[in-house]
Amino acid sequence: MTMSLQSTPGATQPNWLDKIGAGHIFLGIALVLYPLVASDFFLTQIGGYSLIFGMLGLSLMMLAGYGGMVSLAQITVAGIAAYCIAIFGDNNSHLLGFGWPWWIAAPVAILIAAIASSLIGWISVRTEGIYTIMITLAIATATFYFAQQNYAIFNGHSGYAGVRAPAFWGVNWRDPKPFYYLCLGFSVLAYASILYGSRSTFGLTLQAIRDNPRRMRALGFNVTAHKVFAWFLAGITGGMAGVLLVWFNGRVSPGTIGVDAAIDVLIIAVIGGLRHPIGPFLGALVVVLMQTFAIDLVGAERFNTLIGLVFLVIVFISPDGILGLWAKFKPNFSQESLRPGL
Amino acid sequence: MSILDRPSSSGISGGGVSRRQAWGLFWLLVAALVAWLVFAVWPDWLNAILISKKAFVSAVLNGVTLAGLYFLVASGFTLIFGLMRNVNLAHGSLYLLGAYIGYEVANRTGYWLLGVAAGFIVLAAIGVVMQVVVFRRLEGDDLRQTLVSIGISIVAADLMLAVWAGGTYQIAVPEWLDGAVTLPVITAVRSNGASVFLTYPFYRIAVLAAAIVIGIGLWLMLNKTRVGMMIRAGVDDRAMLSASGVNVHAVFAIVFAVGAGLAGFAGVVGGSALSVAPGEDIRYLLASLVVVIVGGMGSISGAAIGALLIGLAEQLGLVYFPTYGVVLTFIIMVVTLAIRPQGIMGKSR
Repeated sequence: MTMSLQSTPGATQPNWLDKIGAGHIFLGIALVLYPLVASDFFLTQIGGYSLIFGMLGLSLMMLAGYGGMVSLAQITVAGIAAYCIAIFGDNNSHLLGFGWPWWIAAPVAILIAAIASSLIGWISVRTEGIYTIMITLAIATATFYFAQQNYAIFNGHSGYAGVRAPAFWGVNWRDPKPFYYLCLGFSVLAYASILYGSRSTFGLTLQAIRDNPRRMRALGFNVTAHKVFAWFLAGITGGMAGVLLVWFNGRVSPGTIGVDAAIDVLIIAVIGGLRHPIGPFLGALVVVLMQTFAIDLVGAERFNTLIGLVFLVIVFISPDGILGLWAKFKPNFSQESLRPGL
Repeated sequence: MSILDRPSSSGISGGGVSRRQAWGLFWLLVAALVAWLVFAVWPDWLNAILISKKAFVSAVLNGVTLAGLYFLVASGFTLIFGLMRNVNLAHGSLYLLGAYIGYEVANRTGYWLLGVAAGFIVLAAIGVVMQVVVFRRLEGDDLRQTLVSIGISIVAADLMLAVWAGGTYQIAVPEWLDGAVTLPVITAVRSNGASVFLTYPFYRIAVLAAAIVIGIGLWLMLNKTRVGMMIRAGVDDRAMLSASGVNVHAVFAIVFAVGAGLAGFAGVVGGSALSVAPGEDIRYLLASLVVVIVGGMGSISGAAIGALLIGLAEQLGLVYFPTYGVVLTFIIMVVTLAIRPQGIMGKSR
């Protein structure tokens, strides 16, 4: 009896390496070693950019995949964080720019983005299903027009320029290698917390609400509060991406949060797949690679036609994106990642 | 509008005035106030608050005209959603394509009316093709339908950019619609006692009239014809309609044709009043979204009310708080969602 009791923990608690999984370890090592082989261009324009947009897609995937709420306002949330960094920190557009140090400005910006996201969520969870996509699109478009018209806060059409990434510990974090590792660090943090969070009580409750809100309400769960909190968490992820984005670009303008950008985030998440947190990163990599190299194939002019067609084909043949294609061809690899029913 | 004939569910409400009578009184007062604002010569304090009577009345007229355009675009959107649960986010692209086609036809033939007809007919045909080739394959999967419509709007916007480039076009209005009319609205009284009357572009009044006529036509079609009956039945219960032997797909195709055609029609008409340029598709998509969110999905009268609210808010906002105008639209949407999530005329499902 005692023997079996003692042996149980050993049997049920697998080695932490097993828990993480071989795939993640290989991926992690590859991503950490990537700067050894990649040029600066591949490091930031491909690597960093994919990770940033992967995080944005991740915040959408979390809402859509676990909460059943497809949002088109994720870029708006990121844009709010980016504008906050420009307003609270330094910019050279001669407007606002409080000059706060980055370690205050960045957390405050992320917090404001998360609160804004909760507000968007609070508005949109009043209705259900396909309405969410309409309401968030309306919010994203209205915010874009507002940012474009308003000169007192958003500096109108030109937005803010001259936003610098912080330099501390003797490292300028906008340099290619440090910036790549910064993006990687934040992405891993977001990815791991969402993977962990999806198995937490909150994550499971959220998925249950997605599957049957009425039953969950009858069981005594506060459905609205759970959904709004999911929006808050997605807002933190989106806000982090927004901060990295403004550090990367050095500027933010209404174009950053335009409807095209909002749809790009959705495309990234859908192309990658909405069922597993790795999907958006995959989608971001594909889209960024296409954005960079499709110009050689179809010319810079007709790039949107190409990406639109790819998107259409993916939606038609595989609703679960690349992950779904993967699952079709390699059924044994899909066991842990795919849940039936969105 | 049809708020007036809302059934008085509460009956007599204590003080001897029924709820219906109270509403009637309220709307009568509102109408009297509006009439006074439009026709009376304003006292100075009112001119001081609202800049000038001319600015105010022009903004209201512009708002109502814009509402007419928004109604034309949004009524198709709301019908398509109400019947097919299909959020067609390519609706703005239909508007822009209609405008371009109208421009080409009107420019080449020299007949503006031909351009308007082409805008309607070509877009109606495109609508049927979209419904039959694309959306029918994804029936019952509203998320995928929405995603596909987003994909279509991206490709359409890019292809239109390829054909018509990024320039701004203006469709020439025919002579018989051009010019200005003097309205019996006194904006100011000169010191010599002569009254200054408001002049307003005749074309815009014609647009408004067309929107009202089409609105009434749609209402008649929906409420007095057999097809309209099928459509209304389909909005309420699609499965039951199908079970009673109606070819639901034919009804869907008709609705899609009417909806897309109206968007194309609005494109030509709007492209003549304003201008045609890339980006207009997003603007009208946003307008239709907000109009149907505020007015209620699947309701024509809701689309009319929503369009009126949004059109007025946009134009009055433009005059009185230039850089915060969009916020007004936004507030209307949020307040509606907070009080009536299904929209003003929407049915809760």
